[in-house]
Order: sequence, then C-alpha cells, then structure tokens
Amino acid sequence: MDYLLTEQQTMIRDLARKIAQEKIKPVAAQYDESEEFAWPIMKVLAESDLFGVYIPEAYGGLGGGIMDMCLVTEELSRACGGIALGYAGTGLGTLPILLHGSEEQKKKYLPDIARGKRLAAFCLTEAEAGSDAANMKTTARKEGDKYILNGTKQWITNAGEAEIYTVIALTDKAKGVRGASAFIVEKGTKGMEFGKKEKKMGIRASATREVIFTDCEVPAANLISREGMGFIVALKTLDTSRPGVAAQAVGIAQGALDHAVDYSRTRVQFGQPISSFQAVQHMLADMGTQVEAARALAYSVARMVDAGVKSVSKESAMAKLFASDVAMKVAVDAVQILGGYGYMRDYPVEKFMRDAKITQIYEGTNQIQRNVVAAHMIKETLKK
Amino acid sequence: MNIIVCIKQVPDTTDVRIDPVTNTLIREGVKSVINPFDAYAIEEAVRLKERCGGKVTALTMGPPQAEAALKEAIGLGCDEGVLVSDRKFAGSDTWATSYTLACAIEKLEGYDVILCGKQASDGDTAQVGPGISTHLDIPQVTYVKRIAEITDKLAKVERMTEEGYDVVEIPLPCLFTVVKEINTPRMPSLKGMMRAKSAKIARWTAEDLDADPAALGLDGSPTRVVKIFTPEARKGGEMISGSCDEVAKELAELLKGEVV
Amino acid sequence: MASIKVHLEKCTGCTLCVKACAFGAIHMADRKAVIDMAKCTLCGACVAACKFSAIEIEKAGGPKKDLAAYKDVWVFCEQKKGVIQSISFELLGEGRKLADKLGVKLCAVLLGHGLEDAAHSLGARGADKVYLVDHPALKAYQDDPYTAVLVALVEEFKPEVLLCGATTIGRSLISRVAIKTNAGLTADCTGLDVDIKERLLLQTRPAFGGNIMATIIAPNHRPQMATVRHKVMQEAPVQPGRLAEIVSKVYPEATYASRTKLLDTVEELSATVNISEADIIVAGGRGMGSKENFALLEELAKVLGGAVGASRSAVDADWIGYSHQVGQTGKTVVPKLYIACGISGQIQHLIGMQSSRTIVAINKDPDAPIFKVATYGIVGDVNEIVPAMIKEFKRALNK
Repeated sequence: MDYLLTEQQTMIRDLARKIAQEKIKPVAAQYDESEEFAWPIMKVLAESDLFGVYIPEAYGGLGGGIMDMCLVTEELSRACGGIALGYAGTGLGTLPILLHGSEEQKKKYLPDIARGKRLAAFCLTEAEAGSDAANMKTTARKEGDKYILNGTKQWITNAGEAEIYTVIALTDKAKGVRGASAFIVEKGTKGMEFGKKEKKMGIRASATREVIFTDCEVPAANLISREGMGFIVALKTLDTSRPGVAAQAVGIAQGALDHAVDYSRTRVQFGQPISSFQAVQHMLADMGTQVEAARALAYSVARMVDAGVKSVSKESAMAKLFASDVAMKVAVDAVQILGGYGYMRDYPVEKFMRDAKITQIYEGTNQIQRNVVAAHMIKETLKK
Repeated sequence: MNIIVCIKQVPDTTDVRIDPVTNTLIREGVKSVINPFDAYAIEEAVRLKERCGGKVTALTMGPPQAEAALKEAIGLGCDEGVLVSDRKFAGSDTWATSYTLACAIEKLEGYDVILCGKQASDGDTAQVGPGISTHLDIPQVTYVKRIAEITDKLAKVERMTEEGYDVVEIPLPCLFTVVKEINTPRMPSLKGMMRAKSAKIARWTAEDLDADPAALGLDGSPTRVVKIFTPEARKGGEMISGSCDEVAKELAELLKGEVV
Repeated sequence: MASIKVHLEKCTGCTLCVKACAFGAIHMADRKAVIDMAKCTLCGACVAACKFSAIEIEKAGGPKKDLAAYKDVWVFCEQKKGVIQSISFELLGEGRKLADKLGVKLCAVLLGHGLEDAAHSLGARGADKVYLVDHPALKAYQDDPYTAVLVALVEEFKPEVLLCGATTIGRSLISRVAIKTNAGLTADCTGLDVDIKERLLLQTRPAFGGNIMATIIAPNHRPQMATVRHKVMQEAPVQPGRLAEIVSKVYPEATYASRTKLLDTVEELSATVNISEADIIVAGGRGMGSKENFALLEELAKVLGGAVGASRSAVDADWIGYSHQVGQTGKTVVPKLYIACGISGQIQHLIGMQSSRTIVAINKDPDAPIFKVATYGIVGDVNEIVPAMIKEFKRALNK
C-alpha cells in the first residue's frame, strides 16, 4: 500500500530496511541465542543518523516526528524485534525530555541522543506497579538543590546499556499519582545500580534489568517539568510512543509473513509448492490483510501525533492493541505454515512468535488498552 | 589532505540473470551500483579524511546517469563529486580510461592520495588504477590492505600478496588500489544522503580537459573487441545418492584421476 | 572522433546485433537496427555479431608505429625469492605455441638478483632466448624499477607479443608498462591464439563474471600485451639439455631507482596453501553451521593435499580469513578439483570457481544453484558426509 511518505521518510525507510537486511538479519539468530546487547548494530544505526530522525534539527536531529520513528522501528523489527528495541527503547526514554524537558535539558541531552552517542531508557514499572502504575513505591526526597531517589524499577528496557534514564518517582507520597515527578538520571550517578539481566522468552537481544536507586542524588536541575507532573509526563510519553510499539508489532508480523511466503513458494509437497494449495493461500491472504490494516492504523495515529492532535489516548491504544494482536496471530500462523520446520530453531519464524508476545504485554497490556479505548468511547457518548 | 577516490558504476551482479533460451545476459531492469571494490576505496578515503583532515573528491567517468554513483559516494562521506562524461569517451579501453581520469585529476586543485578499488566487477582488469598513476607519473601501491601510517609526506602501507603481505613505504602524492580486507564500509548516513541530494556534481566534457583528442575514447584505445560469445553453459552433472559411507566410496572412485 | 553507423541497405533486421549488445543499446525499428548513442559504448560486439557487415565503427587515425619492426613472443617470468613461479612455465607453454605459429622466437624476460642459474633453466622450458637483468634493486618486486627495466627492454628489442601472469605482481607491472609503451593490454585471458596473416594476437577473456566471452585484438599497437590467469594454460614440459641464449642487460643506475621502499615481506601461516595455486580446493559456506564444523574442511583438505576455500558468508561469519574467499569480492580460482561444502552457489560465488575442471557439491537443499554447475552433486548433511569422505580418502590414499 502506498502511504504517500515524504521524500525524506522514503529515504529513512529505505536506509532502515537496508541496515535491517544487510546488518541485522544475518546476526539476529546469534544475538537471540547469546542474549547479548547488539552494540555493533547500535553503532551502525548511530552512524546512519537514524537515532535522530524524530529529534528537531535545532538539537542535531533530522526534524521528523513519530511517523519517522515508526518507520525505522518497523523496518528494524522486520529483521529482529529484540535488536529493534534498543532503538525503540531509546525513543521511549527520550520522549519525556522531548515533550516536557526545559530548553537547557534538551540542549544538554538531545544532541547526544540524536547522534546515537548515548542511548536512553524509561523507568516507570515496579514490582507492584505494573498495570497499576499508581501503586509505585520509588520516592524522590528534595534536599537543598538535590533530590534523593530510593526504590527499584523493574523490567527496564536498555537498563545498563543506556546512559540517560528518565525516571518517575513520588515526590509527595500523600498526593498519590499527583505527587509523582519525572527526573533525568545519568548512568554512573552514585547510588544507581542495575540488577541482573532478565532471561526472557523473546526479544532476547534487548537488555531488561532492574534499576535500583539507593540514596541516589540527582541535581534538582534534572527534574522534568514541575513537581507533581510525573504522571502526566508518563502518560503523555506512553500515548506518544504507543504507535512505536504498534510499528514494532507490524515489523515483527511482516518479518514472519515474509518468511512464510518465501517458504510456501519453495516447499514442495504432493509434487507442488504448498503456495498452490488454497488452504495455505487463504492463510497468507488473511495474514497480509491483517498486517496492512495494522500498519495503516499505526501510521494514521503516528501522523495524528505529529500533526499535534491534543488527545490521542484512545487511538494510540487502539493501534498498539490491534497491531500487537495481529503480530501474535500472524507469527503463530507463520509457524503453522512452516509446519515442523517452523517449530525448529534452525528456522527463524519461531523467534518471531516469541518476540511477538511481548508486544501484547508491555507499555500497557492489551487488557489495559481495551479499558482505555472503552472508557473513551463511553465518555464520548456521554458528551453527546 | 586532498584525497581523490576514483569509482565506477557497474551493473549489480546480484541482479544478473541469463536468458535460458538465448544464453545471453538479461540486462533489462538490472540496477546500477557502485563497483563493490570501490566501496572500500570510498570508505578508506573518508577514514583518511577523518584521520588527517582535508577533503575527499569522488571522480568517475561514465554516462550521465553515473551521477547517481557520485551522489551515493557523497552520501557515504565524500565532499564533492566530478563526473567526466562525453560521447567522445565512448569505446575507451583501460588505456584511454586511465588517461582521461588522469587528465581530470590534473584539473583538480592538487592531490595527495588517490584511491581506487583493486578492480571493477564488470571488467575485472585491475588496470585503470596503475594506468592513472603511470599517466600522472606518481608512485603506487596496489592491493593495499592497510594504511598503517600516513603523514603529509609519507605513508606506510601493507600490500596483499599471494603468500601474505609486503610492508611498503611510499612518498605522497601517490595512488593506492585497495582490497576488501582494508575496511568494512559504513552504511550511508541520512545527513550525508540529504547533502548528496542537493550537492552539485561538476560535469566535465572532453573540452574541459587538457587532453589530446586522439588519445580519448575508441581512437585512443589500442584494444578492440572483435568477437563476443557466450561460453557453453556448464551442465549440472551426476547426482550421487546413498548412505554417507557409500557416497564417500563412490566419490573416491570417481575422483581417482584428480586426487593423487 | 570515432563513430558507429548502421548501413541500412545491408541490415536485414535479423536482430543478432540486439542479442549481442551487452548494454541494451540496439533496438529494431522498421526491421532495421537502431543504435541508442546514449547507451552505446562502441565496444564492437555488434560489429562482430553482424553477418552482413551492416554495422561499422570508424576510428580516426592510422597505425602509429612501424609494426613490422616488432617480433618475437616474450614471456615475463615472475620470480619470488629467486624461485621462478609456476605461472611462468604455463606462459612459456602457451608462448611456445604462439611463437611457433608466428615463426618467431620465444623469449623469457627475467628480472631479479643472482638469477644466472634460474635463467639457464628456462631453456629447458622452451625459451629460445632469455633477457636477464640482474641487479640488487630487482631482488624483490617493486613497481618503479621493474617498470623502468621492462619498458627499456621492450623499447630496445621490440617484441610483438608480451605475456604476463594475471597475478598481484603481473597485473600491477604490466598495466604500467602498457601505458608507458602505448600498447594494448588485455587482462585475465583464458585463451590465446594468433591470426597469422595479420600477425594479431587473439585474446579471449571472460567478461561479466564469465557469463560472456570476448575476443580482443590490438591491431595498430605493439607489443600486444596480455595477462593470463593462473592454472588455465598447460605448463611447458621440461626438456633436459635444451639451452637458451642468455642476453644480459645492464642499465644506468637511475633505471633501478624506486620511489617506494619495501620494508618487509610477511608470509602468513593461514595462506601457506595459496588457493590460487592449489590444484584441489575444499571450500565451505554458511551450510557448515559453525567454526568448529568448518575445521573439518581443513582436515579433508589436508588428506587431499589441497587448500581451503570459503564463500563470502563463511568469511563474514569469521570462520576463516579473507584470503580464503572465493568469488566476486574474493579470488577467482581454477583448480582441477573444487569441493563445495554447504555452499548454496550464489552467482557471486559461482563467478569465482565455475571454471574449475571438476566440481563436487554437497548441500542439504536439492534446489541449491551450486548443483547446476557441479560435476557430481550430493544432497545431504555436510557434517556427516565430510567425515565419511575424510575416512574414505585416507584409506584410498593410504594415509
């Protein structure tokens, strides 16, 4: 389908695709196996300026938006959803600064991120604060011109590898969610440590660890926006980044579908390629249609964000929910089309299936997304 | 440091298919790409610039559409591109090609290092690099796999040989042809591609060069093609099947003549 | 300026020229050939293909040299550390045939230091005359002195044909000599012959990775220079007692000056068995699966007395060094036996090995393109078949 990309977006997509095909695809299985973080690939992405596509030119970026970020995430995910997360996770960690940071904060951090010199991470989730983010325990106590952070963030993408962390912590416990604030914490700050690397089902090339704060002193200048704005920063960040998760899901689905189509054309049974059987054709047709629908929704929402539409909560929840469900279904079907080979780790599709699952879970489970969508729909009817 | 990298646009061999009926090349729809060996020369030129400062000029001789190769080179980090293009250059063999490129290089404002890929994937001659250095009367090292040291005046390089490598010292200005082992070319950068999009490529014709017209194109080319034919396609042979041991035994029998 | 034109009265619209054009520059309009000048490179393929002499390329200028003054067939004999390289014997073998057809002498050219005995030995390989330039500066190859000396020899003695190996040294040297002497040079020839009447060297070489063959001449320039690929020609037999006349030349010291300085020559262990020299190559690709499995190939190569080659993906995976890579961005090899293990046979690989005399392919995918060029094909798991082969060949060769 022709999404009428701008010339610059076409260039971005083509370059991301070239890197995915030439640099990521050949090493995807190896990183999945070793569970290492793919630094050599991050270096390639950095040299190619891809980290800067959504950062304004004033801060050394290319001046594009979330749509540009989605194009890159999708193409990289088509080769490896795990390696792509090093990129997408940096986007998530950058958004609080981009959306709510002060001029000084933007000047200080965005140019390094745009150049891919430093990766970023977003720290919200805790052991007892998953879907119920309001139940967080991490605190930030103001002392002079510093905040003292205490608490443990869990399952943080890029933890240990990133150098810039945007952290949500409570500055006023009594106020509940209205007492949360957002901070920028740099790796190497005293009192900041990382837990062991989690062993995951999929996206194994991505780093997932705890970020532990023990009397961690952060300069007051690193407070994003004002005290008490932490939850708004987090929600706005997630609303803006959800099309990115959708794009990751679309990429994973497309990657699995590519393999399924290729395989069906070369696999011969009963004397002919299995692509000539209607049972297989109908599966492929459904998969292709679903992927395209997911892509269309993800791009539409990304463009809404870039156009400055005020509230995109419902639409971005829809895109994330739909695309991730499609990714799971298409990946499962791709395994089915490859049959016994699909189940073997010698072939790449079982990895797509493992990678797809997380997109239904993180950045708000699909159940939470449905709550959001339904709540908006009901609210909208009440207004009428 | 003024660095010149000479490149060539060639048909992409990954695209080359043979017409099974006529047994000839199908050229329709075949993409043109930068000669794979020249990609290493471009990367090394850009690395030299990063190492020593200066400017990289990409140079090519070819039809007007070869401008795309120069733009790609700018996307990869070269600063400028020069396309030498004229009907008068048609039919150039390696003698006339290296003469034309040497004339173009003399028109540029000075040079310290000229880099070429070791050969082009369509012609495979490996003659143009040494040809240029001879026309310019500068020293050369071919098959360079590492530039170990380089200053404004002198370079120490490793030249790949059949058995290993030679370490050679060479004064600048000079010419190197490079092999794949010298580096891993970077991916293009978006900023470079955008610079390339708006970059103006200089286009020089025969008249712009201080060249002897009789030494250009077909007239200046000592060699001439008299016949082109398709070699008999190699036929797939016999398939051997059986258990591993049976297959190995049969092979040992079949290969008696080859294995002594 | 040279030009190309179609003689419409002779053109029959047969389309042979359209098929011959490698640049898609000819199409038919009203059953006559039309040449697209923007695409035409004046390569001459259509002229050669036309059976009706309907296409003509006109070239300005006539002969620049007194061609009759040039005679004899010369072979540049490459030496390393005083040892004459086997490519030189292959060139002498081929040169002998050409010299006999032309009725001239076969002369060897030998540059180096302390090569008196080596020069004499060339008589037994068919040389009638040996031009020997012996000087300490020529001990190891360097572009400047070698070029200067060879140019001086050519200008003084005027050979009509000069052959050289398509080796690292040969390709660097002869390109420079051809420019200095204003001679035609054809690279990497796989076939040589002569047109006795015109005294032309007919030089046939692969183009486009061997998909097309081109025969090239240099009608108005002498010497006619060609480099020849290794392992393509038969080595000249040894004829004990056959003697050659030795012509020793000494040049002024300035001729031996070199702007480059050879500081060191390093021989790498992994390249001890040079794949371009090897008669047998055992090569592996991605299908080998791992570095450990790849080591199996070294064992098989050792048993067979061959060298180990690799596809690009095996080199990229770091299973073996680049000097072992066969194919477009690696080396072109022509061994007697090429055993391709777990190599699918991408065109870039085939380009580098499809001229091997016998090709054995082992691959688990029965549709792998490598089977299309294989003399013997085996569908199966390389990691089971190769050990069986090692065992079997050890037995057969009593090792």
